[in-house]
Amino acid sequence: MAGVVPFGAYVTLGLLLPMVAVAVGAFQNNSGGFTLSNVNTATHGIYLHGFWQSIILSVLAAILPGIFGLLIAYAIFTAKRGNLLRQVAVTASGVFANFGGVPLAFLFIATLGSGGLATQWLTDLGFNPYNHGFSLYTLAGVVVVYMYFQIPLMVLIILPALEGLRPAWREAAENVGAGNFQYWRYVGGPVLLPSFLGCLLLLFGSSLSAYATAEALTNGAIPLTSIQIGSFLNGNVIAGQTNVGKALGLGMVVIIAIAMLIYVVLQRRAAKWLQ
Amino acid sequence: MAAVVRRGGQGGLGGRAVPPRSGGSGGSPPRVNRATVWRWVVLILAGVYFLLPLWSALRFAGISAFGSVIGFAGFASSLWLSVKLAIITTLITIALMLPTAVYVHLRLPKVRRLLEGITILPIVIPPVVLIVGVLAIAPGFLKSSDLLLALEYVVLAMPFAYRSIDAGLRALDLKTITEASNSLGAGWTTTLWRVIMPNLRTALLSAVVLTVALVLGEYTMASLDLYQTFPVWIYVNSQTSGQVSVAASLLALFVTWLALMLITVLATRQSRRTGGGQVSLFTVTARQETRGN
Repeated sequence: MAGVVPFGAYVTLGLLLPMVAVAVGAFQNNSGGFTLSNVNTATHGIYLHGFWQSIILSVLAAILPGIFGLLIAYAIFTAKRGNLLRQVAVTASGVFANFGGVPLAFLFIATLGSGGLATQWLTDLGFNPYNHGFSLYTLAGVVVVYMYFQIPLMVLIILPALEGLRPAWREAAENVGAGNFQYWRYVGGPVLLPSFLGCLLLLFGSSLSAYATAEALTNGAIPLTSIQIGSFLNGNVIAGQTNVGKALGLGMVVIIAIAMLIYVVLQRRAAKWLQ
Repeated sequence: MAAVVRRGGQGGLGGRAVPPRSGGSGGSPPRVNRATVWRWVVLILAGVYFLLPLWSALRFAGISAFGSVIGFAGFASSLWLSVKLAIITTLITIALMLPTAVYVHLRLPKVRRLLEGITILPIVIPPVVLIVGVLAIAPGFLKSSDLLLALEYVVLAMPFAYRSIDAGLRALDLKTITEASNSLGAGWTTTLWRVIMPNLRTALLSAVVLTVALVLGEYTMASLDLYQTFPVWIYVNSQTSGQVSVAASLLALFVTWLALMLITVLATRQSRRTGGGQVSLFTVTARQETRGN
């Protein structure tokens, strides 16, 4: 076991202890005594609203990129191996999946902001999205922006699952007379579904923890939990409430933990299916 | 992020779903054509969605902004801080993850799944929550040093680094080469340094690139720990000079992509020479292992 001690120590100090500190701090008042008031504050008013907005945003920013990402991944996957398109697409996915923050916000302000390029084009065509309830600075706008890093992430994590679809299954299905639709309905779909749902949950976690992009784009216009936690660190809060940030953090971890639990169950099912 | 392990030369994956590009000479031409059309529609739509913002930003920034990026106040110092953090992070990450992964592969194969589970955690734990905890418990001398950021970036880089190294190790016949090395009288360190590391070149390279990309782009922790790294500088600077900020971020994006592309091409060429399969971002060739379960 000696060989894993350095790693274990590092993870304990760098990851586990900080998380324990967050969990403990969530139940402490400023003088260190036990209290439930932080948790109480964090689950009411603007903070509760923030949790809901975060969850709604993350669900939308998981499902939509999940579907589009799957389609793109399949299109890449069916391209010939060694194909330039494929290499460009996969490496570009690696880059875009890590893209975010102010640069990303700027990209979309220049494109879909009220004076953006695409907005102008659409206006010239007689459809100004800003006259039809769309704005980059609303939840819908943020979803459109999040897709810019969520779709590439989906492509990266769903590709291995697509590679697991064995050609023999398709041939077997065709031998018993199945068409394209039937193959996907009874063979490809059921096999892919558990890993697809697992990927959705990772996307959910990824957009829930996104901070830089949300901060740059909404400037606090939409209450999101990650931004609210950040504001506690920046000191923009009422004195005596510093530990509310930790309670919010704990809340996020609880949401993620639930998502992870579902993910683990789904992974087990996927493994069973593929055996 | 998942590790893709592929076997060499699996030509017809996807079977009939792969339409021959040169038109439908197969049994059912209509379906083949439909599939081809469908694929191009998806790819073109994706192309528009991903390239249009880049083009708009380029127009917004203007060509001249690219020239003035370098001379801007704070550019050099923030870039240097980011590069310094990237170097420290990469060194610690490799020094920590490589021996651990090798050890687990050799001696504790049962722990592999647990290690996989632990190293995925930093992906799902929000950095903004992690930094709250870190700042709450870090001792004073670390809090006042940018080393703290590097130490935490190692945690953030674990998922990527471990998956790359793990994929590389799976492609090696680790047991045989270490036994051969030991029987020739080499100790642990020598084996690791002179036998395993050269064999893991591609995997380590991909771990390094992913780590560097992560550190150069990390904003949340740096800004909340009040250090002006490159992404934080872009943010601060954007308040005064938007065009230069956009130009700087476009440059960063392009350079990262170029580096990844270069590595993919190099790795593919190397593996072709040694008879392996194709390499993509998280993929290292696995000749001995059969794909799937």
